[in-house]
Amino acid sequence: MNSAYLDLIRIRFLMMLAYRVNYYSGIIIYAINIGAYYFLWEAIFGEQTVMGGFTLAQMTTYVAVSWMARAFYFNNLDREIASEIRDGSVAIQFIRPYSYLLVKMMQGFGEGIFRLLLFMVPGLIIVCLLFPVTLPTEPGVWVLYFVMLVFSFLINSQINILTGLFAFFVENNEGMLRMKRVLVDLFSGVVVPISFFPGWLAVTMKWLPFQAITYLPSSVFTGRTAGDEALRVLGVQVIWFLVLIIPILLVWRQARYRLFVQGG
Amino acid sequence: MMFYWSLCVEYMKNYAKTRLTYRADFWIEVLSDILFQGLNLIFILIVFQHTPSLGGWSEAEVVFVYGFFMIPYGVFGTFFNLWSFSERYIVKGEMDRILTRPAYNLYQIVLENIDPPSIFGSIFGAVIMIISWSQLGLPFEALDALMLVVFTVGAVMIYAGLYTALTAISFYSDAPTGILPLMWNIQNYGRYPINIYNKTIRFLLTWLLPFAFVGVIPASYFLDRHEEGLTTLALFTPVVGIVVLVIGITIWNHGVKRYRGAGS
Repeated sequence: MNSAYLDLIRIRFLMMLAYRVNYYSGIIIYAINIGAYYFLWEAIFGEQTVMGGFTLAQMTTYVAVSWMARAFYFNNLDREIASEIRDGSVAIQFIRPYSYLLVKMMQGFGEGIFRLLLFMVPGLIIVCLLFPVTLPTEPGVWVLYFVMLVFSFLINSQINILTGLFAFFVENNEGMLRMKRVLVDLFSGVVVPISFFPGWLAVTMKWLPFQAITYLPSSVFTGRTAGDEALRVLGVQVIWFLVLIIPILLVWRQARYRLFVQGG
Repeated sequence: MMFYWSLCVEYMKNYAKTRLTYRADFWIEVLSDILFQGLNLIFILIVFQHTPSLGGWSEAEVVFVYGFFMIPYGVFGTFFNLWSFSERYIVKGEMDRILTRPAYNLYQIVLENIDPPSIFGSIFGAVIMIISWSQLGLPFEALDALMLVVFTVGAVMIYAGLYTALTAISFYSDAPTGILPLMWNIQNYGRYPINIYNKTIRFLLTWLLPFAFVGVIPASYFLDRHEEGLTTLALFTPVVGIVVLVIGITIWNHGVKRYRGAGS
């Protein structure tokens, strides 16, 4: 049974591999993107040396690694699920002897691994050559970071699945999907690190799962969070991963009684 | 000419009829559109909590550029909604239907995908621009209104040309490109002061992917920022627009000839 899930990862990976040429142009555009961000932050820092607890060097690393990590954890599971619900093909998935949600998760993971190997790694190398990015020297930090990256993927996918499943309850959730995307980009700290947020918002963020997607792992990578504190934030990720399973299962249970296919 | 005008009217009527069935969706789309754009405004507002100026530009000036940026973008978004062109017209082969009809193919496709909710982005932008206009205490003359129209038209042509060219890639490569969303990110750098970037990115944003001409350059005309000849450069916005649009349409027309239809 488990091998079926592994195969799903493999199939999605190969599917993405077929389109790899486009990814080379993607890497260049991503590098430009990170470059523009770098100069933007340089101008924001101006004369100041520390801002929101970041030095400019840390900020550069933060921006580079956050955008590259986004390439790994980002997926369109929400859209895929919503469109499968809308066109009714989810009904077929119900009959099959596997867990639909796990299948989606695995497909997302296959896509993530593809982007990690063919996008994130070469992209990060190029960015390191072009901009003053400081990579962590301790092997322990690297290991911890990669573990946290997996949890970023899991938590982001859980949020995606949850929003996607809402298509069971509303006929058109396009607007919702877009709003979710804005919220995740903003609150996860890709656009601005959470320590820059005004006090009340930063405090609110501590109680939401979004920080676990980018802000926490990237902070570990830049070395701002180290030692016991780093293990604690890993714990935060694990807790959110476990907590988010509950609403997904609840919605999923409810949803199966509500399936209603529009047109067909 | 009359023929093309009547086509436009008919498509608009058609759009209104389909939309009136899902009225709530219309407003949800407007809201999520503005939220999507608002992400950059939030970025600006958060950043200026930590610094008084960005490369010598004050908060009100940067917000002004942001407001201006949204006006042409909203107009462009209304008429150009080809983000899923490859899936809909190439993969599903709908391009066949378009090509058998007696009107110019790109014109038909544009009208089929018209997206009026985007125009609210322009209105939102105009409001922001007016607010910062009065905050900055800039004089308003009749010429300014005329230039605003000229710049908007020029900027819309730049967008149209660039994205037409990028969409036309689907004719040359059969795989989904994923370049468009990345380009969308780069375009956002056109709204920050161009002097903060290094030479390469400045050159890129001015001449290769002239996104500076849809934001900071024309806006600097109103702000009277003379440094580095920005205000003079602003006058070239319509010229750049025409050149980019001609290039875009040429690439498109060349691409259409390569279209072979999808077998299914």
